[in-house]
Amino acid sequence: MNTAQTAPYDSPSVPAPDQGLRSPRRAQAQAFVSGGLTAAIGAVGLVLGLSAIFAQPRQLVISWLLPLVGVRFEFGPLGGFFVAATGAVSIAVGIYAIGYAQREHWARFPLFILPLFVAAMLLVPAAGSVTSFLLAWELMAAASLALVLSEHHRAAVRSAGAFYAVMTQLGFAAILLALVVLSAAGGGDSFATIAAHAGGISSGTRTAVFLLTVMGFGSKAGLLPLHAWLPRAHPEAPSPVSALMSAAMVNMGIYGIIRIDLQILGPGPHWWGLTLMIFGAVSAVFGVLQASVATDLKRLLAYSTTENMGLVTLALGTASMLSSYGAPQVAAMAMTAALLLILSHASFKTLAFLAAGSVLAATGLRDLDKLGGLARRMPATTTMFGIAALGASGLPLGAGFVGEWLLLQSLIHSPHANNTLLALAMPLSVGAVALTTGLGIAAMVKAFGVGFLARPRSAAAEAAREAPASMLTGMGLAAVACTVFAVAPILVGPALKHVLTALPTVGGQAAGPALGAYLRLPGIAGSMSPGLIALSLLVAVLLVLALARWGARHRPAAVSAPVWACGADSINAKMQYTATSFAEPLQRVFDNILQPETDVEVTHFAESQYLVEKVTFRTQMADPVEQRLYTPVVRAVTTWSQWVRRAHPGSVHLYLAYGAIGLLIVLVVVR
Amino acid sequence: MSESSALAYLATAMQVLAVLGAAPFVVGGMRQIRARLEGRAGGGIGQPWRDLRKQLRKQQITPNGTTIVFALAPAIVAGTTLLIAAISPLIALGSPLDPTADLFGVVGLLFLGTVALTLAGLDTGTAFGGMGSSREITIAAMVEPTILLAVFALSIPGHSANLAAIVSSSADNPGRLVSPGSLLAFVALTIVVTAETGRLPVDNPSTHLELTMIHEAMVLEYTGPRLALVEWASGMRLTVLLGLIANLFLPWGIAAADPSVLGVLIGLVAIAIKVAILAGVLATVEVFLAKLRYFRIPELLAGSFLLALLAVTASYFFATP
Amino acid sequence: MTWIGKIARVGRIVETAEAAPASTITPPTGVSGSLQLRHVDCGSCNGCELEISGAFSSVYDAERFGARVVASPRHADGLITTGVVTRNMRQPLLNTLKSVPEPRVVIAVGDCAINGGAFTSGYGVIGPVTDVIPVDVQVPGCPPTPAQIIAALRTVTGR
Repeated sequence: MNTAQTAPYDSPSVPAPDQGLRSPRRAQAQAFVSGGLTAAIGAVGLVLGLSAIFAQPRQLVISWLLPLVGVRFEFGPLGGFFVAATGAVSIAVGIYAIGYAQREHWARFPLFILPLFVAAMLLVPAAGSVTSFLLAWELMAAASLALVLSEHHRAAVRSAGAFYAVMTQLGFAAILLALVVLSAAGGGDSFATIAAHAGGISSGTRTAVFLLTVMGFGSKAGLLPLHAWLPRAHPEAPSPVSALMSAAMVNMGIYGIIRIDLQILGPGPHWWGLTLMIFGAVSAVFGVLQASVATDLKRLLAYSTTENMGLVTLALGTASMLSSYGAPQVAAMAMTAALLLILSHASFKTLAFLAAGSVLAATGLRDLDKLGGLARRMPATTTMFGIAALGASGLPLGAGFVGEWLLLQSLIHSPHANNTLLALAMPLSVGAVALTTGLGIAAMVKAFGVGFLARPRSAAAEAAREAPASMLTGMGLAAVACTVFAVAPILVGPALKHVLTALPTVGGQAAGPALGAYLRLPGIAGSMSPGLIALSLLVAVLLVLALARWGARHRPAAVSAPVWACGADSINAKMQYTATSFAEPLQRVFDNILQPETDVEVTHFAESQYLVEKVTFRTQMADPVEQRLYTPVVRAVTTWSQWVRRAHPGSVHLYLAYGAIGLLIVLVVVR
Repeated sequence: MSESSALAYLATAMQVLAVLGAAPFVVGGMRQIRARLEGRAGGGIGQPWRDLRKQLRKQQITPNGTTIVFALAPAIVAGTTLLIAAISPLIALGSPLDPTADLFGVVGLLFLGTVALTLAGLDTGTAFGGMGSSREITIAAMVEPTILLAVFALSIPGHSANLAAIVSSSADNPGRLVSPGSLLAFVALTIVVTAETGRLPVDNPSTHLELTMIHEAMVLEYTGPRLALVEWASGMRLTVLLGLIANLFLPWGIAAADPSVLGVLIGLVAIAIKVAILAGVLATVEVFLAKLRYFRIPELLAGSFLLALLAVTASYFFATP
Repeated sequence: MTWIGKIARVGRIVETAEAAPASTITPPTGVSGSLQLRHVDCGSCNGCELEISGAFSSVYDAERFGARVVASPRHADGLITTGVVTRNMRQPLLNTLKSVPEPRVVIAVGDCAINGGAFTSGYGVIGPVTDVIPVDVQVPGCPPTPAQIIAALRTVTGR
């Protein structure tokens, strides 16, 4: 099993071999068309999604597109929500991709696939039957694989692509099995038919479908333990593709869980919610822990996606548990929190990946240990990444704060009278969410502080220049979305209310939290106003700045001076803290979980054993789930298949005999 | 927004001004108590005020290569602390800003200030700045579970995390304050305040040795008015957190949501006495403590997390209806 | 808990303060009673350091007059220097002084800092501190007693 991560000195932007004889003008025009088309498709998706949320549910059947079953689309609030979110992300990414593809000299094939990928992603939540869903799902997976392999001339990309392909197909196998079983038990192909007959499905079938969908959709969403493709594929994909995958495609996994397990299969037993909560909490804590010690910027963001999807799943599990214990109002709170977390994650993750792409295009570096000093050289990108990092950290004035606040409120208001399970699960969940937030703050401070502030740690970082206008526009759109979620979530309030009504089994019939200028929680003394907090903070900061003018008349003129270097003439950029050193205390605390491999090699001078010429220090942090879980499984499968090979010696007579025996068995069984 | 009388606005303004004015005296008082217990005379409780006035008159030096993050961080730390002072029920219950944030919001604002200063430490580009930031953010990450669980424990009796609701419910039912959940939450929150404000045994605020610094190491580059803001803000944080703990666990004397002038004055005097007592106790206990080695701090914080978890479960199982 | 008893028994150990000496210079910023100093050892034998640490100890307690030693020159009002300036310490001393924000003072403690003391003819020595940077207050002695050091500090703090 190839456990090597991106080698620390492997520059991601190794120039591609010649793309064929395209003139630069032609290439620019193609990039413009591709990006513009992507943005246009995204806009269409946004409009369709919004109309699906607010209008009556509609169906659209195209019977001639597929033999026997046809293609069925369903435009309801839940699907519309995810279509709108995907569409919005695609608009920003499409505009960004115009400039990015031009700068990075994309080949024709990725340019061609990009709009197709977005279109496939928009089809998944709109699908109204099992076959249409599976078809759209595979289209999306294939398109994303093609885009991940855009830079296939690099070895790391090829290995990441292979890993991603295998895990996607394994996930698809689980989903296929689950949906086929569901369709057979539900007596039809369309989701509407299955939902109508859902009451009659036996509990054994429901359990099987639930477990398979959690595995399959959970893998797509990046939940543990089937998450390992995320931190491999997302960094190696081109940045607009990473943004689409992290901010839109992983939502499809969550959509699958909500659709199948929470909406169609209806109210589930208590352990369903508990399972989702456990998976969510473990994914969140593990993901953010890995993010806090990651030194590759895009790998950090990829693990942060695992963390956020874990939080969303935790919220879903809470909603399911609470509504199965008869607390629909609090369940509605948790469900609103889940939806809001999905939206805010989409906005800040898009912005973060687009900003990381801008840095990659300008410097050729993803390694935080070599970046730095970008605030002076790329001020707009730095500001954008700052907004995204604030959102990802879950602090007030960040995009992720309101969602997390709602989640915490739903956890602390759960009914606990005479219920040991809830009395244990809720505090532990609060602890998990809190640890996630704390470590998330550390990870984002590291990414922003080490990567963008202070002085450049390498020549490439020093030579950085700002991104072109189209990339800045794309980032700006995502930044606007982040700001909306940070200070005015009222704008999405009506949409969330409509989506909740489509989810009666998780508290949809109860009144959800009122997302006005103040967020008010029904029946509970609890309210929050992010806009007012922002305004009051501004006033407070201005007051403090005015206070600092006291005594200004006695002050000598302000000057600028070199940094205090403890008496030395100057410090150089190598004396700054790197991302590795910044995260070292955390790594020490969580040493047992992370299990880094450290290698120290001391070279002495030939003349004397007492003089050290060189010390080489290497530390590698592989994913422990990959090492502990996947490697033994792969080894077992390899051993088993080696054993099976013994039955294939190459003799045609033997193979004919196998065929005959197999036929005999089939005849006996079918009779 | 609930209707707040003019007196409620006045009480909020008084809270902010009181925190602004009293913070250096709280720090000075704690230093003075420590000095007297060590047999010294000490600089007097007015010494931090003199230092602040002096720093405001000194030249402001901006190190080369720093960005607006370095320049604005002191204002952000001080601003978030003042906002917490305005939101918290220190003098009166009905702060006009109270519906905008609850205890979770207050915790978030606290961390916003910490993050601003941490980024400033990284922005200087010095080794000590990065070291201080790294240590500070590690402690912040490990303190957060304890804080939020303590908030959870506090919110159980009143069924709300809203600050005014918690304080008024404990004022109405004083028996709850000596319940196991409440006592455990008190101990956990005290450890949290120690960690967040950089007091012993987590961090020594008066150390000169950079390798032992956590909070101080991040601010080594600040001069003049910015340094004054940083010192002031750290004193204000201590004052506000002590005031919050005082009113969460000893809510007597606080003015009602619709206060009278007498009520506001009583509230002011009550909070001043409570903060003075808490600060005095904290300073006295500090004399007997040595600073923990940095890698022992996670053990301390894990212990406080356990206490907070026990506080929540105790509140569940011993809940008086 | 025996510490509490010990604290109660030992009580106050600081010497009573004498009358304030006349100020020779005004406090740097005009605010009296607040002086933060960054100590620079330019090349001393550490005798003056021991006396300075004695001055800031519990027995003499220079802090009650507003003086404090700080780690960063950016936080300081001035330098308190000891020892003769050696070749290697000349530039660091100048760098440290440049890092102190205005208005600032320089206090030279001990004969070595004032006129070279016992080490004037050393081969690694450039000269006393007074030759390298402008000095505002001098505290002669080899080494000066803590009481003399405190008296000199009080002429600056004005308290």
